[in-house]
Amino acid sequence: MGSYLIRNFLQRCVLLIVVSMISHAVILLAPGEPSEVDPSNPRMKPEDIAKIRAAFHLDDPLHVQYVYWMRDMVSGELTSFKDGQPVLPKIWSRFLNSLPLFVCATLIVWTLSFPVGIRAAVTRGSLYDRSTTFIAYGLISIPGFFLSYLFILWIVEGFNVPVIGMATFGMQDAHWLYRGMDQLWHLVIPSVMSALAGVAILSRYVRSQMLEVIGQDYIRTARAKGLDPDSVIYRHALRNALLPFVTMFGLMLPGLIGGSVIIEQIFAWPGIGRLGYDAILARDFPVILTINFIAAALTLAGTFLSDILYAVVDPRIRLQ
Amino acid sequence: MNTTVLRVGDMNSSNHDPLVAVRGLKKHFAVRSGVFARVHGWIKAVDDVSFDIDVGETLALVGESGCGKTTLGRAVLRLIEPSAGVVTVCGRDIGALNFTQLREFRRKLQIIFQDPYSSLNPRISVGGIVGESIRVHEGASQPEAQRRVDELLERVGLDASFRRRFPHELSGGQRQRVGIARALALGPEFVVCDEAVSALDVSVQAQILNLLSELQRDAGLAYLFISHDLNVVRQIADRVAVMYLGKLVECAGVERVFSTPMHPYTQSLIDANPIPDPSYPPTTTILEGEVPSALNPPTGCPFHTRCPQAMDHCRTTLPLATVTETGHTVACHLYAQS
Repeated sequence: MGSYLIRNFLQRCVLLIVVSMISHAVILLAPGEPSEVDPSNPRMKPEDIAKIRAAFHLDDPLHVQYVYWMRDMVSGELTSFKDGQPVLPKIWSRFLNSLPLFVCATLIVWTLSFPVGIRAAVTRGSLYDRSTTFIAYGLISIPGFFLSYLFILWIVEGFNVPVIGMATFGMQDAHWLYRGMDQLWHLVIPSVMSALAGVAILSRYVRSQMLEVIGQDYIRTARAKGLDPDSVIYRHALRNALLPFVTMFGLMLPGLIGGSVIIEQIFAWPGIGRLGYDAILARDFPVILTINFIAAALTLAGTFLSDILYAVVDPRIRLQ
Repeated sequence: MNTTVLRVGDMNSSNHDPLVAVRGLKKHFAVRSGVFARVHGWIKAVDDVSFDIDVGETLALVGESGCGKTTLGRAVLRLIEPSAGVVTVCGRDIGALNFTQLREFRRKLQIIFQDPYSSLNPRISVGGIVGESIRVHEGASQPEAQRRVDELLERVGLDASFRRRFPHELSGGQRQRVGIARALALGPEFVVCDEAVSALDVSVQAQILNLLSELQRDAGLAYLFISHDLNVVRQIADRVAVMYLGKLVECAGVERVFSTPMHPYTQSLIDANPIPDPSYPPTTTILEGEVPSALNPPTGCPFHTRCPQAMDHCRTTLPLATVTETGHTVACHLYAQS
């Protein structure tokens, strides 16, 4: 087990470096660069462009640029092309803004999907099952941005729930309690909207997993033992159905970064998704590359975590 | 005498009530299709079946694949809800029990499943599988349940150390022993063995069959032994019931069925069973054709499409069960009393 973990960890480190090289190449070779963001600006002269390119090392060969980027990122001296701010603190502060949104949405998704999906599986073919199926496919099919705008129209007209930003402007000096409540209030609609599609998808997944397990022979065995239905469903069926979700739990980790670019854009949430979106528009390579790198690292860490969790929850799996 | 009730009118059958009495049991499955799941037919998997099983007796249920043996076994235990009919065990009508009573009553009715690979929960240890019902039904403490589990494992020929293992660590025979220990945990009186040895190889089959007979002797269990293997049936059964397309066609003591089968289907079934001796002449009457679809069963006798002795009468009229002088109960026009 120990040697497996070390070997696996080292493999993932190598993989991370390969991923960073490829994503670096893809992003830099893609059309557009910082000097071309504003081509109609009459004050932008060819010498200025040359100056910008030199300052950002854009004239150097690709592999040299990669080394520059890596060196600066590791030493923490990487700065944004756009405003010259250091990249890592910038990402960190945006990450802290995104975190509550991510945590709330994840909590909603995972606490709602399981009861909804399990009930649908247990009462298969019932009115409840068919109506949740219909609603779930509706939520999956309707794009989130469209549904969000409908919600905004409805909520701004009917209720007084804020839909813009993280806090009410001018509340900075209020008592911390008011400030906290205000931020919580701002969190409601964005987190519900970013959770909706997740609930729809995950509850379908829970339903199909449960149906598969409920059809197994050992569930019939459990019923033949005369166990009560709750312990058949939760102890015998759910524990077996949970296995695939352990993997999904690990893969949730990269959602910490850039999990809800569209939602943050719609609700003017100053999170990391919006930072990445703005960086792409501005061809701000250091920011794009670093967010990309962190996302890749989190993905690898997530799969590593789910590998370990697999062995913990399934007695049949031994890591070696 | 009620001619629709198929049971052995045996001379030695005593006057006391049988342990298990099944009367007119039916299980019909609706065939649905289309957007509105309209019912457009019924599959009569079990159609009007009646039989008795006495204390300490083994009734074997034989028949080819798809004839409804397993459905019958499950319907008897109400693991699937029968469409009609009455099942009485120990004098209690199982169909009349409510959900909680049925759960409580399950300690007397157990089942050993066909496939020892899939009928054990892969995430629960052997000790958990066997001991769970003891804890649930008798509220036994952990050490008490553990002691009972050790006893049961020993009873079925497994070491007590198996308690900590998981099903995937066991061989097929060991798993089936765990399945048997599980079924025996609450001291049942009636056990349905649904192809309990079919998934095992022959040497292990013999061990398991001996174990089952031994347990029957010691605890007075009654078995409904579902099988398609006639050699196994011959070894373990007291009486044999032959099933064809959801109906019982013949029922008699095991030696009678094998020495003088009466129903043409039973005759061809026993004829088709290979005898491991090259000097025996090869099978003479091999059945033609396929089992008809249960969705659209033939009129009259269900067997008339393949019966070598079919008469015009068979195509129109369903034969009723009659008891012959030799003690067979048989549903065939050849033996109908005029």
